[in-house]
Amino acid sequence: MTSVWAKTITVCSSCSVKTIHEAIQQASEGDTILVKKGIYKEANLKIDKSITLIGEDLPTIDGEEKGEIITIGADNVTLDGFKIINVGVSYTTDYAAVRVVNSSGFVIQNLDLEKLFFGIYLQKSNNGKVLNNTVKGEAVTEFNSGNAIHLWHCSNVEVRGNDVRNVRDGIYLEFSDNITITDNFTKNNVRYGLHFMFSNNNKVRNNVFETNGAGIALMFSKFMEVEHNVITKNWGTASYGLLLKEVTDVNLKNNKFIENTVGITVEGSNRLVYANNDFISNGYAIRVKGACYENQIIKNNFLYNSFDISYNGRIHDNKFDNNFWSNYTGYDLDKDGIGDVPYRPVKLFSYIVNRTPEAIILLRSLFIDLIDFSEKVSPVFTPDDLMDENPRMKRIDHDKN
Amino acid sequence: MFKILKYSFYDLMRSRWSYVYFAFYLLLGVVLLFLNNDLSKAVITLMNVIIVLVPLIGTIFGVMYYYNSKEFTELLLAQPLKRSSIFLGQYLGVAISLSMSLILGLGIPFVFYGLFMSNAIWDFSLLLITGTFLTLIFTALAFNIALSNENRIKGFGYAILLWLFLAIIYDGIFLMSLIIFEDYPLDKLSLIGTMLNPIDLSRTLILLKLDISALLGYTGAVFKQFFGTNFGLIVSFSALTLWVILPVLRITMKAKKKDF
Repeated sequence: MTSVWAKTITVCSSCSVKTIHEAIQQASEGDTILVKKGIYKEANLKIDKSITLIGEDLPTIDGEEKGEIITIGADNVTLDGFKIINVGVSYTTDYAAVRVVNSSGFVIQNLDLEKLFFGIYLQKSNNGKVLNNTVKGEAVTEFNSGNAIHLWHCSNVEVRGNDVRNVRDGIYLEFSDNITITDNFTKNNVRYGLHFMFSNNNKVRNNVFETNGAGIALMFSKFMEVEHNVITKNWGTASYGLLLKEVTDVNLKNNKFIENTVGITVEGSNRLVYANNDFISNGYAIRVKGACYENQIIKNNFLYNSFDISYNGRIHDNKFDNNFWSNYTGYDLDKDGIGDVPYRPVKLFSYIVNRTPEAIILLRSLFIDLIDFSEKVSPVFTPDDLMDENPRMKRIDHDKN
Repeated sequence: MFKILKYSFYDLMRSRWSYVYFAFYLLLGVVLLFLNNDLSKAVITLMNVIIVLVPLIGTIFGVMYYYNSKEFTELLLAQPLKRSSIFLGQYLGVAISLSMSLILGLGIPFVFYGLFMSNAIWDFSLLLITGTFLTLIFTALAFNIALSNENRIKGFGYAILLWLFLAIIYDGIFLMSLIIFEDYPLDKLSLIGTMLNPIDLSRTLILLKLDISALLGYTGAVFKQFFGTNFGLIVSFSALTLWVILPVLRITMKAKKKDF
């Protein structure tokens, strides 16, 4: 039995307790450690009791590249308001600025991480929060950089309001379920802004993904909700906004895909709903690579993409309905806002480019326009039932719904 | 030569067709900007127009001008003038007046719209430069055709066929060969294929500044290495210059030997 009254231990250069390590040693369950402004050259801090660590005016913890900096191994630990720099880089161990192991009820917030390998590494931990952290890495290549926020075998974690730049993967989830990812901003990450592997029942809302290697990669996952995100400027030879590989039952709603080389690349994914999204000025809006069945593409805006839909084979079991296509040239005689002629989103040229990628050099040539036109009139190579029966005449205003 | 250039130029400046051509581009520029409200989108649409219309008008106008001014040419030939300077003067007169109509017609609305404050200025200048090159090339080709054919109907026929071939049929053959040889590495073939046709070359040059650049990545490193660098730009412009020089050389050669 420890003391009934939780006490506060203050750490500063002129206090009786001069290091955070010492403060953790002295603290008992439920205590608060208040760290004043200053630079603390400490690494391998192990927190093994339920304490609250608060930094005042953003004190700096400098790990001097000795390896891991803070390891949390107890429930209900709060870490708030530190600048943590110089995590050691290793090719055998994933050193992190903050690691949470087998714990629950943790809160990690207002941290400022720089010069890191892995940022916040959650491992087999539940019911916690990662809020309003800023992570700035210096990653150049994939193999010698780490992830900013890394979740492994976690559940019920809230990741909100983080700003993550220049690392390998902005946010990485593996075997993690029921995670909520909201209001985050990821930019310039070498690989993915957000990466899911074998993670189910997660929600991704109101995030911004900008100029990453790829915006979001969803792989081998089920029952996800991806809504109101902005995925933009993932522009490069092997870039895409959203990668869907072997995922099922995902709702993609009200997202904006702007100026990506490929808006969505999708492979082997079934029962997906794409609704109310905007695809603006992408190279390809949606690139379907095969084995995708029972998907619904409804009420989206496709504006000024070089290719709206690209399809590999002739087998087709997906539903396109009520979308607005800026390339639609039909008419609406009965003035009900729905075009009277169905729209075929797969151009012959996109089919040719799939087969012979070099043919892209003929993009926008008069000959290509001619063959696209003749294919539109009488489809021979593209699936003839792949069409939007009810193309909208005007751009859909999603904000009103 | 410059005197004849001056006469042809002033003659053309007074002619109705130059004004029609100028007015067409002026209208096109104004309407595009009015409808689009976006400078870079307007550049893409303009590209589509330029790579089709400029060669067509260059060829037709060149042939037409040669046949119409044939009597004046014969009069000039009776004077103590060098033949090459007569024909080159006429050629440059036509080409420069057409280029001026293009540059002024498109330039004026864009300048008023605020081109100099926009970052589309480089795309737009590239558009005008390639447009001028296309005018020079296709007028020269037209003069070649007209010099080789006394029969006007035949001359016009060949001129239209030339345009049809370079603007449409060439791409068809190009695409077919890409598909037939798809099992082989095609990067070099498609590079050479693009270089050999001035219309394709202009289109690729403009598109590289716009939407194609990232899409090209799938086709391998050769494209990117070539078109992504200054070297590619220099080679492309040299190819265009060569496309001007060769027909012009043939004009002088042909003009020297021709009986009138």
